[in-house]
Amino acid sequence: MSALIRLLAVVRKELRQLRRDRLTFAMIVGIPIGQILLFGYAINTDVRNLAAAVSDQADTHLSRQFIAELTQTQVLRIGDPVATPEQLEDLLRSGKISVGVHIPHDFDRRVVDRRRPAAQLLVDGADPTILGVANQLASMPIAFDTWPGYGPPQRSLEVRPYYNPERRTAVNIVPGLIGVILTLTMMLFTAVAIVRERERGNLEFLINTPVSTMQLMVGKVVPYVVIGLIQLALITGVGKLLFDVPIRGSILQLYIAAFAFIAANLALGLFISTVAKTQFQAMQVTFFILLPSILLSGFVFPFDGMPLFAQYLGEFLPITHFIRLTRGIMLREASLPEMSSELLLLVGFTVVAMTAAILRFSRRLD
Amino acid sequence: MPPSNSNNSDAAYAITARGLTRRFGKLVAVSNLDLDVPRARIYGFLGPNGSGKSTTIRMLCGLLTPTSGSATVLGMDVTGNTEKLKPRIGYMTQRFSLYGDLTVRENLEFIADIYSYPRSGRSARIAELLEDYDLEGQAMQLAGTMSGGQRQRLALASAVLHRPELLLLDEPTSAVDPRSRRDFWAKLFELSDAGTTILVSTHYMDEAERCHRLAILDRGIKVADGAPADLQENTGMTIIEVLAEAPPRAQSVLAGLPEVKSVTQLGVRLRVLVPSHIDAPLDLISGVLSKAGLDADSKVVSASLEDVFVAVTQDDDSGEQAA
Repeated sequence: MSALIRLLAVVRKELRQLRRDRLTFAMIVGIPIGQILLFGYAINTDVRNLAAAVSDQADTHLSRQFIAELTQTQVLRIGDPVATPEQLEDLLRSGKISVGVHIPHDFDRRVVDRRRPAAQLLVDGADPTILGVANQLASMPIAFDTWPGYGPPQRSLEVRPYYNPERRTAVNIVPGLIGVILTLTMMLFTAVAIVRERERGNLEFLINTPVSTMQLMVGKVVPYVVIGLIQLALITGVGKLLFDVPIRGSILQLYIAAFAFIAANLALGLFISTVAKTQFQAMQVTFFILLPSILLSGFVFPFDGMPLFAQYLGEFLPITHFIRLTRGIMLREASLPEMSSELLLLVGFTVVAMTAAILRFSRRLD
Repeated sequence: MPPSNSNNSDAAYAITARGLTRRFGKLVAVSNLDLDVPRARIYGFLGPNGSGKSTTIRMLCGLLTPTSGSATVLGMDVTGNTEKLKPRIGYMTQRFSLYGDLTVRENLEFIADIYSYPRSGRSARIAELLEDYDLEGQAMQLAGTMSGGQRQRLALASAVLHRPELLLLDEPTSAVDPRSRRDFWAKLFELSDAGTTILVSTHYMDEAERCHRLAILDRGIKVADGAPADLQENTGMTIIEVLAEAPPRAQSVLAGLPEVKSVTQLGVRLRVLVPSHIDAPLDLISGVLSKAGLDADSKVVSASLEDVFVAVTQDDDSGEQAA
């Protein structure tokens, strides 16, 4: 009973301090909203309107029709025509265009010939996304519309995009963004919270009182669990409102997954606080973990496309498993039991990190 | 029930330590310390910074493990009983260690919960402390915005909230003005009269003088132990006060004498310590000074606590000892 009173005393104290800490309070709300606006509006892997130029040396009915079709795809934004492929190269090098279309004199003959490509795409291949788009364009059929018996060439595979048919990036980004924001705020707040008590000398007093390590740590962490869940509501709410990101699966299961993930990050934050001596060090360690969390978790790059070593590293990050859970629940209408191994990994991670934190947190000064 | 023999010592002493030693690497912070702190008394630790006062206090409340030796606090061996002892001990750190971003009342409420103070009597106890420690006007003020004296009263109020049998105070007055220090000591005497044992470390002579009993620590070693008056009577030194016309010159002349233990200038006067076994010390001093052509008026006076401190600590180190 007195253990519970002590735990609640730590919680109440933490809430009172938080209420007076305006900056932290603002960050709780500001970080999720700022990030989702930033990522939602700025990041777009669905490529459209690439700057392009055409040198049409054939200037026939067919070549003009071809250019018109290219324009219709909306992938290219074709600017003023140029005369020679050399000019296209200059524009490419100076960064004014990403794609150049060269249509040679013998375009019509090449179309009929079929053994030789009819036209050439000059592409800034430094960006693989643009190169990918160019490869799609290359398979666009060209033919005289008067050519008898012509139909579109048979394709070997048909692509049916499930879950995100409009290929909107926000749909994929938002579930991952929940993970990134929770990692940042949960880990940072807890790591700094304990280190601050040590820096300010509060801890020397506290360890002389009957409050136990467990009560102190759990009590400090509980308010942040609630804050994390509020952040989740904010992100999914703004995601739905502004970017029409669906939650197709169970909302309750989404919150259960988030709860497990928040616990894992708080445990990690507590562990950091036992390693770091100053608030600045705590922040450095947090960012040391945050960076791979963004890059190796499947948030930015498709997980399966990463080198095997990076995939192994990614498996050790709680966010990797959480992103699989959120994308599953929010987009594919998957249920937690179907993905129970991911959830169990999060729980296991929490237990290990929390045990390490409690073992490392010394109630003595030596 | 504890065994009967420890029951006896339990009754007389709040703290007993035998051979208490703490090393940090090569440094011996506390060396072979024996300590008997009687119950319901104010026991002082006097010593300069780095003499082992804080280390000893931390060992006594279980914050540091002794390298060797043992300590019994309130009838229990400290090692292994730290958690049982915590509710019975109040601790005040050198640095203000309460929450600056909580109000005075919130801090006290937090501590009441931490020590499981009964819910029913809680607000009455807090009201009583606010009144006793003259903090009623500050109840709603953030602790971080208070003056040094107010903070220190809050720290003491927090340390005694759960009515501990033993108070450990680590240089509690190092950051407050003399007026606040006097009020603070008045509070300590009230607590002691009510039966609380108080162990307080200090580097102020006037504070040390108020303690019922005193241990002087020097580089981790206890060099004197006793009631302040007894220590002053038994310095083993003759104290001679010299009123000379040119104190600095007189000081350098006297400091060169092998018979003189130390010479300290206090305003226009010099305080000269000569070991008691030297015969006719007054004649010796006067003779040396007149030989040096210095007009001086010398007389034997009784020892102050500072003389005691100088006598026991300044053995191989002729650096000046500040009060």
